[in-house]
Amino acid sequence: MLRIEQVRKSYGGTEVLKGIDLTVEPGQVVCLIGASGSGKSTLLRCINLLETVDDGTVWLTDGEGTEQDVTDPRVDVDAVRRRVGIVFQAYNLFPHLSVLDNLVLGPTKVAGVSKNAARARGRALLERVGLPDKASASPDSLSGGQQQRVALARALAMEPEVLLLDEITSALDPLLVGEVLDVVKGLRADGIAVVMATHEMSFAREASDVVAFLADGEIVEIGPPEQMFDAPQDPRTAAFLARFRP
Amino acid sequence: MVLGLLWLGIVSSPGWDRVRQTYFDADDFRAAWGPVTSAFWLNVRLFLVAEVFILVIALVVAVVRVVPTPAMAPLRLLATIYTDVFRGTPTLLVVLLVGFGVPALRLAGAPTSLFWLGVIALSLSYGAYVAEVVRAGILSVHPTQWASGRALGLTYGQTLRHVVLPQALRRQVPPLINDFVSLQKDTALLSVIGLVEALRQANIIGQRDFISTPLVVAAVVFIAATIVIARFADWLTLRSMRRQAGVV
Ligand SMILES: Nc1ncnc2c1ncn2[C@@H]1O[C@H](COP(=O)(O)OP(=O)(O)O)[C@@H](O)[C@H]1O
Ligand SMILES: [Mg+2]
Repeated sequence: MLRIEQVRKSYGGTEVLKGIDLTVEPGQVVCLIGASGSGKSTLLRCINLLETVDDGTVWLTDGEGTEQDVTDPRVDVDAVRRRVGIVFQAYNLFPHLSVLDNLVLGPTKVAGVSKNAARARGRALLERVGLPDKASASPDSLSGGQQQRVALARALAMEPEVLLLDEITSALDPLLVGEVLDVVKGLRADGIAVVMATHEMSFAREASDVVAFLADGEIVEIGPPEQMFDAPQDPRTAAFLARFRP
Repeated sequence: MVLGLLWLGIVSSPGWDRVRQTYFDADDFRAAWGPVTSAFWLNVRLFLVAEVFILVIALVVAVVRVVPTPAMAPLRLLATIYTDVFRGTPTLLVVLLVGFGVPALRLAGAPTSLFWLGVIALSLSYGAYVAEVVRAGILSVHPTQWASGRALGLTYGQTLRHVVLPQALRRQVPPLINDFVSLQKDTALLSVIGLVEALRQANIIGQRDFISTPLVVAAVVFIAATIVIARFADWLTLRSMRRQAGVV
């Protein structure tokens, strides 16, 4: 489980996150929506410690119920990152490695998994994302949608408790968005807590448990998708969503 | 066409007969071929040994210059000074300073063999150039690649070694080969400190017999070596293009 409390972050003099609270249960998908520049990426990067928070706490709770404050400066950053995967908009895959080697690198170098075990697991994950025949392909030879599916498989290879997805379909041809989102939908069954920044409103509406609307570094409104899309309480939420109505 | 005219211009020039006798005499050519080519093995050895040192120096210096940790600041400054100084100094000058300066210091343990002094001089000078090529390669790797490596839980060093450096080096193969071609030619600079390599050997024969054809022999040998390296580079480039296009 992921629990964020009053997280603040500034760049230079500007406060980009102004006290964010958010809780994500295992198996839940939380969508972060909001205009570009509202702080979605910064929030995700604070959770897996690619950025350090200025104030507030990020709690991770493992299967046994042990809670850990990952913003504690004494924490083992690499160990935290093993538990929290992230996929970016593009440039995720390592182009000098084959697809399968992309999936093998983390488990073997970080988690101490044997090469054979990591390969077997990598192949199973490729099967799961619908790319069983691409193991030895070069990432550059794949379509954008296929690349993002491999990136998801690579994150899953680390068996994370939390998965952060930062606009993973924003750079894709609209025709390829669906195949990537289908993989995300399948994640519920794994009991992973998923936090996904996205502009795919129809996905947020049908496939998420909670939608959070960010504006200017604050969560303006948060709730189940039906409430957010059909009966938004805050006029700013309504105004933002109106831009996505056909 | 242009080459033809140039050729005609040279051949019809008043001094051509003299030039042909001193530079392009078939018998002198054959006579000089053996000694000059066997002296060229020294160039090859100098090249290969210096090459290894250069790559090591370049990797270390480039990495030191990109690592952002504050603890590295003094080393970073040192690495920056090194590249600035040795890129700014003509290689010939470095060769003279090392070749004559180091033995003059009479330091205990300092190398006195001309071969090693030559290797040191070339390595210092080229290490600075190649370090810059490697550094440019590292900086050209997309920041998300760093983030992806770190996000997997790889340490900074592991990300550098397994993610960033392989891409940086692959991307920089053409400029690296360029530097190696010019290193191969600059082994001839070591003739000034008394190493009897191909150019020096050609000079010795030329001065003994008052002919210049041995210099042409040396030129032919250097050109041949350059062609070998260039074709090797083409092959590498083609291979990596094919890899990019399809299966690894
Ligand atoms: N590394 C950084 N340095 C300075 N400003 C940044 C940095 N990263 C993001 N910002 C600023 O923080 C704000 C939020 O950015 P971001 O989190 O990327 O928003 P979003 O992902 O919602 O588009 C923006 O105004 C952006 O310019
Ligand atoms: Mg963003």
